[in-house]
Amino acid sequence: MQKVLVLGGGVGGTLVANLISRKIKKQIDAGQATVTVVDERGEHVYQPGFMYIAMGNEDPRSLRKPERRLLDDRVELVIDEVTGIDEASQNVSLAGGDTLEYDYLVLATGSRILPETIDNFEQEAHHFYSEKAAQRLRKALDAFTGGKVVVGIASMPYKCPPAPLEVALLIEAELRERGLRDKSEVHFCSPIARAFTIESVSEMVTPELEKKDIELHTFFNVEAIDAERKVVMSLEGEELEYDLLVLVPPHKGAQVLMDSGLAPAPGGWLPTDHKTLNVGERPNVWALGDATNLPLSKAGSTAHFEAPVVAERVAALVQERKPHAKDSIYTGKVMCFFEVGDGKGTLLRFDYENPPKPPKPSRLWHVGKIFFNKTYYQIVPKGRGGSIEKRL
Amino acid sequence: MTALELETTPTTTIDARGSFCPGPLMELIRAIREGAVGDTLAVISSDNGSKTDIPAWVEKAGHRLVGVFPHEGYDEIVVEKLK
Repeated sequence: MQKVLVLGGGVGGTLVANLISRKIKKQIDAGQATVTVVDERGEHVYQPGFMYIAMGNEDPRSLRKPERRLLDDRVELVIDEVTGIDEASQNVSLAGGDTLEYDYLVLATGSRILPETIDNFEQEAHHFYSEKAAQRLRKALDAFTGGKVVVGIASMPYKCPPAPLEVALLIEAELRERGLRDKSEVHFCSPIARAFTIESVSEMVTPELEKKDIELHTFFNVEAIDAERKVVMSLEGEELEYDLLVLVPPHKGAQVLMDSGLAPAPGGWLPTDHKTLNVGERPNVWALGDATNLPLSKAGSTAHFEAPVVAERVAALVQERKPHAKDSIYTGKVMCFFEVGDGKGTLLRFDYENPPKPPKPSRLWHVGKIFFNKTYYQIVPKGRGGSIEKRL
Repeated sequence: MTALELETTPTTTIDARGSFCPGPLMELIRAIREGAVGDTLAVISSDNGSKTDIPAWVEKAGHRLVGVFPHEGYDEIVVEKLK
């Protein structure tokens, strides 16, 4: 019996498990192989929708689905927390006391947010990286009557790189619509030398910021929040007063990966081969999605394009064949939409070799993003996205 | 001249080769946060952007750029933490 174990039921874990089970269905049906997903909550959440709870009246209930309903019938689901990974014995221990053995291990454990690591973050700052936080931000925006809005990034890396810029642009547009723009300032703080990590995207978005009078502060790495003075301070020595503070919280990889020696502290990102997605030199362990240390966006789209590569490699080993050359090399492909406000958006499509060339912001890409958000559950986790990707 | 030939050996060396912008800068920022005033930090980076981004950040953050030392396939950027 060959056991494939997938840790995590997010975009990457769900899709890779479905793709593997489809490829090795003969072996599963013959009782020669199993595919098991372990997920802590048994609930799949479409996280990109959180931003739209704050900025677009999204109903949080539409973002959640039972994980079981998204998985192929041949995939087993275990709802439990992973507490340890023992590489020598090739098994994973669970909080409930069970131990699961594996021959092939796929780590899709994602990233987690740690707002509590910055003093006063939870009282003073808003974010949109959880359902609750996004609802709280929406309430704060509803109550906002003008003043200084500061949007920033506490540290890198973080999930969905365009999101804080999108939020700054969307808040600015909302303030204009509500007649509050004249009474408000909008500031955007970037930890690096420009607005966005990828130069071509910075070149596209910086004029948008200028046009909308959003003040860009570069090299602003959040050091502290002074709750009494309502000031956010950077490591570089800058201080910004705020009336509404929106900060991307610090992110880390799963603690269990660090505890098990698979990912180095303090970040906990798995050292992942750029092309094969193997973790370190391990021939039977792969990573995808936010959990990796790849120099790419931590985004569902990345996991989406990585999953077929991992699936082909796992299936080839189970079936004792060579992986198909074309399907088993990850090229760094990522594709995501980027909202610029006023009902317009653009598209970022890139890979390791080719930086994005974002088209001029238009209504088309904004509608594309909304359409994708609404149809995510029908096309992505079950691996039905091929035809849409080819058309874009 | 390399950092090793400087008067002082770096307190910390960060080998960020293979990491892309802004990885090396973020690694330096983490080391600066964890280090003590007077520490010398050497960042080894194969990303071309580091030799401009890191000195620009060092200037804004008020630390001292000891030097940028080119090597075959990578640069060594040495910084002294001043505050």
